[in-house]
Amino acid sequence: MTFILSDVQNGVMTLTLNRPERLNSFNDEMHRQLAEALTQAERDDAIRCLLITGEGRAFCAGQDLNDRNVDPNGAAPDLGASVENFYNPLVRRLARLPKPVIAAVNGVAAGAGATLALGCDMVIAARSVNFIMSFSKLGLVPDCGGTWFLPRVAGRARAMGLTLLGEKLSAEQAHQWGMIWQVVDDEALIDTSRALAAHFASQPTFGLGLVKKALLASENNTLDAQLDLERDYQRIAGRSDDYREGVAAFLAKRPPVFKGK
Amino acid sequence: MSELLSRRNDRVLTLTLNRPQARNALNNALLEQLADALEAAQSDDSIGAVVITGSERCFAAGADLKEMASRDMPATLNDPRPQLWARIERFPKPLLTAVNGYALGAGCELAMLSDIVLAGDNARFGLPEITLGIMPGAGGTQRLIRSVGKALAYRMVLTGEAITADQALQAGLAAEVCPAALTLEYAQKLAARIAQHAPLALQAAKTALRQAHELSLAQGLQQERQLFTLLAATSDRQEGIAAFLEKRPAAFKGR
Repeated sequence: MTFILSDVQNGVMTLTLNRPERLNSFNDEMHRQLAEALTQAERDDAIRCLLITGEGRAFCAGQDLNDRNVDPNGAAPDLGASVENFYNPLVRRLARLPKPVIAAVNGVAAGAGATLALGCDMVIAARSVNFIMSFSKLGLVPDCGGTWFLPRVAGRARAMGLTLLGEKLSAEQAHQWGMIWQVVDDEALIDTSRALAAHFASQPTFGLGLVKKALLASENNTLDAQLDLERDYQRIAGRSDDYREGVAAFLAKRPPVFKGK
Repeated sequence: MSELLSRRNDRVLTLTLNRPQARNALNNALLEQLADALEAAQSDDSIGAVVITGSERCFAAGADLKEMASRDMPATLNDPRPQLWARIERFPKPLLTAVNGYALGAGCELAMLSDIVLAGDNARFGLPEITLGIMPGAGGTQRLIRSVGKALAYRMVLTGEAITADQALQAGLAAEVCPAALTLEYAQKLAARIAQHAPLALQAAKTALRQAHELSLAQGLQQERQLFTLLAATSDRQEGIAAFLEKRPAAFKGR
């Protein structure tokens, strides 16, 4: 079964979560296929933007609970194993990928599906979409980076409310709260997210990668440490081909042609 | 192309491990070249400090396993390797390592033998010998525990698992973490700053610091005072203090 549809065109890799009959919820095989696609995204310099979306009416409903039948007489399951083997590496790899990652949230995003979207760099959601931090309804903890991203993107009070109550959050509300980049009408989602991806694929990717890295580092750094890091990254960025091209194009009053290096 | 590249910038000598096909594995031949290069630098008054580095992806990923596998117990007993390490350790001038990527096994031991480690943010330090049915054989069990303490040293040596650059910084193994693309450059800048100072003072200070792990505190303090007294007999000391009082840069002569 192909649970991840992968399509690379003009510098954009589009990954489509493809278990529509199961609302694109994750099973182990889907994780493995996604990991394989990410390896390609990491290694191929020609890929300059990653776009993640879902097939059918959902974005992703998180972990497939059908794989998680708990035998009342058996030993307690080790949910930490799939977090350690699949979800954590996935979140780390998306955060460290030195190119922009866009989530085009086409339908419901629940559980790890919701927190996965929040871990992407740019989130565009269709207006009808809901985000559901459903973990607490099962007695679980938000994983896939949820407890880290939520207080940072929504603030502590909202993170508490969202995760303790586990209720639906509309895309509009998520946008108003600054949790996602943009809300668009459902029928405009594909075009809007593709246009953004195409834009990124023509941009100075090396510099954008450093921007991501700097923002990630800022979460742990003091101001002093971050200022040093900005000095270092600017030194490196200033030596990139794209910076030369950007300045040359500006001075010549022509559009720049960035190579991503 | 030589397996050890050598480059001079003013008073700083940079030695680059260059066996990319073997991930810079430190075989006896390469260790010997390193020892030779350091001994040459020792007697060259125009060299003030040395930086050892590897590539941007790999500092040195260990010893040469093929070489090691061919040595049985008697051959290992008479292996010239410990002498090679001792020659490297005897280098009396400031020795820095700029570590990007893997510093494993002998690579980690070489970094720990150096006076100052600058780590790239992609650096990994580890002693995976245990996974091969052996153990560290060039200071790994001794220098590691002295710099990072018991908890981390036992963990690293007994599991063979590597630590990141940030962990190495926190534990006191690395002096600084920089973006990998800048590690060598920053190490060379630091070496250049160090190399401006009076050579005899640097040598005496390095000797005193080394003794910290060899002697008791009382003996160490006594030796420190002797070395301190020794410097009072140098003309560079007069020059250093005079230059400071006259608010001008010092011109050291190494005497």
